[in-house]
Amino acid sequence: MSLPDPLTSQHRFIPNASEDVREMLDVVGVASIDRLFDTIPDAVKLDRLLDVPGPWSEIESRRWFRGLAAKNMTAADHTSFLGGGAYMHYQPACIDQLLLRAEFLTAYTPYQPEVSQGTLQSIFEYQTHQCLLTGLDVANASLYDGSTALCEAVLLAERMHKNKTKVIIAKSVHPHYRDTVRTYVQNLGLEIVEIGWAADGRVDLNELRGACEGAFAIAVQSPNFFGAIEDYEAIADATVGLTRIAVVAEATSFGILAPPGPHGFDICVGEGQAWGIPPQFGGPYVGFMVVRDALKRHMPGRLVGETVDVDGRRAYVLTLATREQHIRRGKATSNICTNEALIALAANIYLSLMGKEGLREVAVQSLQKANYLRGKLGEIEGVELPFAAPVYNEFVVRTPFLAREILADLEHEKILGGIPLDEFYDGFNNDFLVAVTELHTQEQLDKFAVAVRAAIARERR
Amino acid sequence: MSIPEDSKYAKSHEYVHFDEKEGVGTIGITDYAQKELGDVVFVELPQVGTQLEAGDELGSIESVKAVSELFAPVSGEVVEVNEALTEKPELVNTDPYGDGWMIKMRVSDPTEMDELLMNAEEYEEYIQTEAGH
Repeated sequence: MSLPDPLTSQHRFIPNASEDVREMLDVVGVASIDRLFDTIPDAVKLDRLLDVPGPWSEIESRRWFRGLAAKNMTAADHTSFLGGGAYMHYQPACIDQLLLRAEFLTAYTPYQPEVSQGTLQSIFEYQTHQCLLTGLDVANASLYDGSTALCEAVLLAERMHKNKTKVIIAKSVHPHYRDTVRTYVQNLGLEIVEIGWAADGRVDLNELRGACEGAFAIAVQSPNFFGAIEDYEAIADATVGLTRIAVVAEATSFGILAPPGPHGFDICVGEGQAWGIPPQFGGPYVGFMVVRDALKRHMPGRLVGETVDVDGRRAYVLTLATREQHIRRGKATSNICTNEALIALAANIYLSLMGKEGLREVAVQSLQKANYLRGKLGEIEGVELPFAAPVYNEFVVRTPFLAREILADLEHEKILGGIPLDEFYDGFNNDFLVAVTELHTQEQLDKFAVAVRAAIARERR
Repeated sequence: MSIPEDSKYAKSHEYVHFDEKEGVGTIGITDYAQKELGDVVFVELPQVGTQLEAGDELGSIESVKAVSELFAPVSGEVVEVNEALTEKPELVNTDPYGDGWMIKMRVSDPTEMDELLMNAEEYEEYIQTEAGH
């Protein structure tokens, strides 16, 4: 490492004297600062300074970055069927325009009711949308993203069952979400039991029943990672006494699918990206969490409530803040003491603008177009649709050839055909996941089917 | 401020009204404690059957000002909890020694009543010193 060593030289921006650093290391009982980073795999650690070229003028820098950006394949110059947790729906232009307002676009979210009625009202409206869509009682002001929302849901469920340590998570929950849960709970003494899927792609209910003994919660995703719509009530019947967590990664599906709340689920968490946020790599996205009333005091995160001011006028304030870290210290429900306010605002604008009918229209079109394409692909010789369960807007396609080869072939036709599943599941080398939204035209769907047929034919030769 | 003579008191401001014949102590927070907390909006209590050692956390009480932990003044098993507090937590304010009781506990070692707790007179002195800070 050629960075300055804080034990021997003073860092320009870190005002700890060398003796202070030494003393702090002694207190925590490690020999060097590097040891504090032991949990980070060596493979991703940089053992040298960044190789930054320059110094350049602004003009030179822009030219260089433009060249770099040109290497990207974007959904703007391809027809994209990528999904798997990030979906390309239409984003009405007024969303970005309103997000740019300085009152909202600040570096930090002001929560003081005296100065922030607009921000608080927007969060309250966002929470109201979540409750209406999920059929549950209390929503928080948002979390970072779908994966961390699931983590917080697991920890919330654990607080409700203090003597149990086992949580069941379906393997058909988004693989990244499951990874994140593993990271969160690895030092908390919790055991994760993963259960598989039945032949139709939905949760294997027999395996689930067998796993329930001693478990405190069950988490399933619907539509699941394969696109299959789960049967909430059948899962609820199989998991008596457990806290049930529904994960929704494709948030426009609420426009047509039955909500989890009235069908036996206690917590609904998920990813709100589909609500007007572009599918940008790395986010920022927005996680949502909605719970039954009985769980509200155990919920993490901020929560905005409606009240009246001294003159009896409607006003908004942070409420149930006694759960939170700044008041509850070490006994807080979570160390989340912020929310993803700007992105939640985008979701609020999207949902307000679409309304009941608009969201339903998005969902119906996405579902119909996906099922149209699924039918077209199913007619192609060699194409298999491995899972028969009903789907919303995403589904698995299998060919006799490696998915990565087929997809590379489709790229020549300017088509991003889907996500290869070999990265996530063993034995799925020939499978890829295809997502369709209201933005696809029939012409694009037909062209995709033709291109898949041609790719298979080329592989055969 | 009311400090009934027939109960014993913990430094953490819980009282125990002990029924020697039954071996059961009724536990709540004192009149002084409820005044200090202000309007109580939520009380979280343990499940019947929970075993507690003296000093264990038995639940929490939330007022408009803060959340505080409740501690078991003596050891034993929880035999009853005051379900009425779910709907009416304000009973803790209006009647802390009566309808605002929190749990009943089968006291496993009655000698703890004298060893660990103060009588009314001692508790009164204690809160005066504490209020002096």
